[in-house]
Amino acid sequence: MSAGSEIVLEARNITKRFPGVVANENVSLKLYRGEVLALLGENGAGKTTLMNILYGLYHQDSGEVLIRGEPVRISGPSDSIRHGIGMVHQHFMLVPVFTVAENIILGAETRNGPFLDLNAARRQIRELSRQYNLDVDPDAYVKDLSVGQQQRVEIIKALYRKADILILDEPTAVLTPQETEELFTIIRSLTARGASVIFISHKLKEVLAIADRIMVLRRGRVVGETTPREATERSLAEMMVGRSVMMEVEKGEAHPGTPVLTLDRVTVLDDRGQRVVNEVSLEVHAGEILGIAGVQGNGQTELVEAITGLRPVHSGRVLINGRDVTNASPRRISETGCAHVPEDRQEDGLVLTYSVADNLVLNTYYTPPFARGIVRNDRAILNHASRLIERYDVRTPGPLTPVSALSGGNKQKVIIARELSREGRLLIAAQPTRGIDVGSIEFIHQRIVAERDQGAAVLLVSAELDEIMALSDRIAVMYHGKIVATLPAASATREELGLLMAGAQPTNVPHETIADGRATVKAQR
Amino acid sequence: MRITGSIARPAAARIPWLTIGVWGALAILVLIAYMRAPQATTAVLTSTIRQSTPIILGALAGIMCERSGVINIGIEGMMLISAFLGFLFNVWTGDLFLATLGALLVGAAVGAFHALMSITLKVDQIIAGTVINILAIGTTGYFYQQGLTTRGKLTPVSIPFLADIPIIGPVFFSNPPITYASLILIVVVHVLLFRTAWGLRTRAVGEHPAAADTVGIAVNRVRYINVIIGGMLAGLAGAFLTLESVGSFERNMTNGRGFVSLAVMIFGKWTPFGAWGGSLLFGFANALQSQIQFLKNQLPSWLAWIGDLPPQFIGMLPYVLTIAVLAGFVGRARPPAAIGKVYEKE
Repeated sequence: MSAGSEIVLEARNITKRFPGVVANENVSLKLYRGEVLALLGENGAGKTTLMNILYGLYHQDSGEVLIRGEPVRISGPSDSIRHGIGMVHQHFMLVPVFTVAENIILGAETRNGPFLDLNAARRQIRELSRQYNLDVDPDAYVKDLSVGQQQRVEIIKALYRKADILILDEPTAVLTPQETEELFTIIRSLTARGASVIFISHKLKEVLAIADRIMVLRRGRVVGETTPREATERSLAEMMVGRSVMMEVEKGEAHPGTPVLTLDRVTVLDDRGQRVVNEVSLEVHAGEILGIAGVQGNGQTELVEAITGLRPVHSGRVLINGRDVTNASPRRISETGCAHVPEDRQEDGLVLTYSVADNLVLNTYYTPPFARGIVRNDRAILNHASRLIERYDVRTPGPLTPVSALSGGNKQKVIIARELSREGRLLIAAQPTRGIDVGSIEFIHQRIVAERDQGAAVLLVSAELDEIMALSDRIAVMYHGKIVATLPAASATREELGLLMAGAQPTNVPHETIADGRATVKAQR
Repeated sequence: MRITGSIARPAAARIPWLTIGVWGALAILVLIAYMRAPQATTAVLTSTIRQSTPIILGALAGIMCERSGVINIGIEGMMLISAFLGFLFNVWTGDLFLATLGALLVGAAVGAFHALMSITLKVDQIIAGTVINILAIGTTGYFYQQGLTTRGKLTPVSIPFLADIPIIGPVFFSNPPITYASLILIVVVHVLLFRTAWGLRTRAVGEHPAAADTVGIAVNRVRYINVIIGGMLAGLAGAFLTLESVGSFERNMTNGRGFVSLAVMIFGKWTPFGAWGGSLLFGFANALQSQIQFLKNQLPSWLAWIGDLPPQFIGMLPYVLTIAVLAGFVGRARPPAAIGKVYEKE
């Protein structure tokens, strides 16, 4: 669908400052009717701030917003809804214990006198589902829906409010490749009916696949505009980062040695007592990177927690260097030389109110030279910090700065520095580059490969399929708590992995059904 | 009144066989008791309703606050202040209707104070509630003068014909006004929470305020209003104590009823009818213990040993029951997800 010439939304010279940072500086943007405008930029480039201004969650310091040529003042979401703007937030804004219908009508309820009229709501939702081919059950509870279905609910929620300008904030972050394809189909049917879409992303492939125009933001400024026809992944990445980037991770042949980490039929329960890891067995050898691919929530988090001693192993055994460390304390596991880059760096990786220096000795503070008996050796801790800050390129005002003041990428570098600076033969890295800038990603990828080349065994868990494919020597796919397949990375394809991640059987994956994972599953029943 | 929709109420999909079974068994027990001792049975049941009135009103107050995401452990204090000032209004004006209205307004004011502390000033909500409780005991105790003459109290109104039905008549249709009001309010709060747009918004604000905000709902405004409504309900409970039940004020006369209300609210999983069940249980235990002490000598021979127990033990019954119920039967009650958290835009 080619875009029309009518401008539905325009932002002129928007500037927004937060204490200490300029989130948006003189940003201007035009959105035409029926087009998909991709807003590309790294985390912290100001994409979400700009969208929150358009949606009325923030107010700009200067600049103006025009809708269909009229200057408007958007002081809250109810204004933007009235002007036909709908937003699908990165973290869905749905009440888990409400039904689909209740979530959709919330704030714009269908009524019958003073009472809710849920029958009318159901009718309208069914009508919208049919029109836009968005299949949802109005009476299902949101907490029982998959992420992809919840996203559809969010889209219907916007359509129910008669939105014709849709802002999708990082909509593919939580989707499988197949679900992403389905989302793209939905977006195309929306624009075909005259809606305009702003698609926010940092994933280059997706932006090139769906956008009519691409606008790139860097450090709060618009640094360029292009179209998928003119742009390549490399050129976009350079615009985003401001310098040339290595798109591929350079790595040589792996030379696997003896097994370092061995899991023997490990079963783990989640907080509610459900078996989320079900008899997983695997081996990670010295000098190789084993990547675990899978949609978030398939047991990866709990598996890593169980290996590192943060969650009890229900049954089965965990061996590191042949020693049984099943249900050992985190400290004992750490002392075997197991480095752990946890999934949630704010929550599990760092003590945010501590200084960079203290965070760098979180797992070694009690050993010489950082402690003499029960007394800290501040000088040794500081020297250690200064060394690591330089070697790992941590951008911080100083070693005594609280780590909370650092950007996401630099926080992650503090963790990487702490974990990799110790003698160790095993590295467990969970989502090591989630939400950080391309420059830091590049650096962290290089460090992980360097660890492997020095003979460490690396277990990499990531929801980014690209990352898994770029770094791993072998790829294990996790689905519903089980490793459903282990493939050599060299021969694995995105399509094959995507199907496995969606629960298709590893054998006889017919190529005709690749576009729809569910069709495959059905056919096999 | 046509009520549309069947999905707004939690767990409405399954038929609550357990609840039906429990209530059925209770009804049969009541019938047996009535056949053996009609007067005592009627007295216990009437007293059950009266005793449960302040509890259910307090629990409804808690439900309104907590469903919108504000913890309210100050219900005890709200009741006490309203009871005290309601009593004073009665002494000054001599008009029971004005006094009740006054108690409601006092409750609303204390509710607004709680909202101000917990929403605007972002005081820890447990502390805010504790402040109200301590303030209530201190001020009412300090300003209380002995020997104030009462000007009567609200008296039972029998509803023609309905009041003549055996058991049900005297228990449900021959009550004073605030008791009737509490029974009606159970239905009103239920319909408000689960069948109206306001209720949907209230629950959304208590579960996921950011989601409510992004569809244009003023989160803090919804919370303020609900906490003030809650305050009024607690005020009515206070009015019940001085204007309907006792007829005068005594120091610390709420005697933990506000806290029992909270227990009952949790027992009822934050639903009005569930809380009513809990209140009736507490009211029944209370009624039973006073009847036992009263009818000590008329107990059947196989229950005579109860009459020999020290009265303190029998007096403990309602509270022991509360503890047992809360510890044993509630299981995992899930409070509203955003409870106790101040909502701030990032």
